[in-house]
Amino acid sequence: MIFVIIGMAIATMVPRFLPALVVDKWTYPRWVSRGLNAIPYAALGALIFPGITTVVEGEPHVGAIAGGIAAILAILRLNVMFVLIGAIGTVYLLTL
Amino acid sequence: MNTNLAEQQHSTSFISQSIKQGALAGLPIVFGYVPIAIAYGVLAKEAGLSLSEITMMSMFVFAGASQFMAAGMVLSSAGLIEIVIATFVVNFRHFVMSFSFMNHLRHISLRWKIPISLGLTDETFSVASLNKKKAKEAHGMWFYAAMILVAYSAWVLGSLTGGLIGNIMPKALSQSMGVALYAMFIALLLPSVRSEWKVGVIAFISMLVNYICAVHLDIKEGWSIVIATVLGGVSGIFLLPEEGEEE
Repeated sequence: MIFVIIGMAIATMVPRFLPALVVDKWTYPRWVSRGLNAIPYAALGALIFPGITTVVEGEPHVGAIAGGIAAILAILRLNVMFVLIGAIGTVYLLTL
Repeated sequence: MNTNLAEQQHSTSFISQSIKQGALAGLPIVFGYVPIAIAYGVLAKEAGLSLSEITMMSMFVFAGASQFMAAGMVLSSAGLIEIVIATFVVNFRHFVMSFSFMNHLRHISLRWKIPISLGLTDETFSVASLNKKKAKEAHGMWFYAAMILVAYSAWVLGSLTGGLIGNIMPKALSQSMGVALYAMFIALLLPSVRSEWKVGVIAFISMLVNYICAVHLDIKEGWSIVIATVLGGVSGIFLLPEEGEEE
């Protein structure tokens, strides 16, 4: 088991720190920077959907509705904590 | 001499301010991590991992999706190579994320960059990226370090708790809390969309690509997220304004 952990640690650490080493040695054109700046938003999109529909197995609408509530609260610029509580409460009520 | 001392005190107070802000920014991640970490601890225990193995995996791997998968694979008696390759695939998106974030830390020394890069997860990366202005502040690195450390502690202690006392959360609650991380991602994304609608287009493109890849093309989730993130990033080359670079 210890070797599994070591192997997994290497498999997750190398992709994480490699860019830290490379980024100084490589100057790239501005459009690459622009693409890199878009990565957080793209990643957030991919992390949200379709994953959110699997929150309750076999009931994709529960996650979708909770996501909608979260979106409304977030657009109203509520603190992240309230957005979390709103979404958690929604799933709780829908699965009672 | 006196002014020098005053400057030092001034700088210390800036550091502690950055640390406080960072810890606060990490708090929502704690809410998302704790139930998942406990669930991982419980599953890993069922898979036959010892308490120290459960905790060590969280300390050295620090990647929720991979650890869940690994515990499941151990349960179905998969081999070492299989687990390591699957881990690499699931977590390869962190390479793309790290590249994006390290681009903002170009002027920072490796002594900061290496530990911060090792602490990047989907969640810490998202919070860090949306606070990228901190990278330009004198003591901004303390912000990222504190935020990551808060998230990391929640992850490690949550796993330990799961392994130690089993599932302490009522099922209805842990199921409800499963939505927490998604809600956090939404809360991070939408304010940016509100101030720049093109950000919403980028996110939408990547959602669509992820959906097509995962549901219709049946591509493994790890690769599907990588493909969607990269294509979303490519769309940003055309969508984001030129001055968005330095901001």
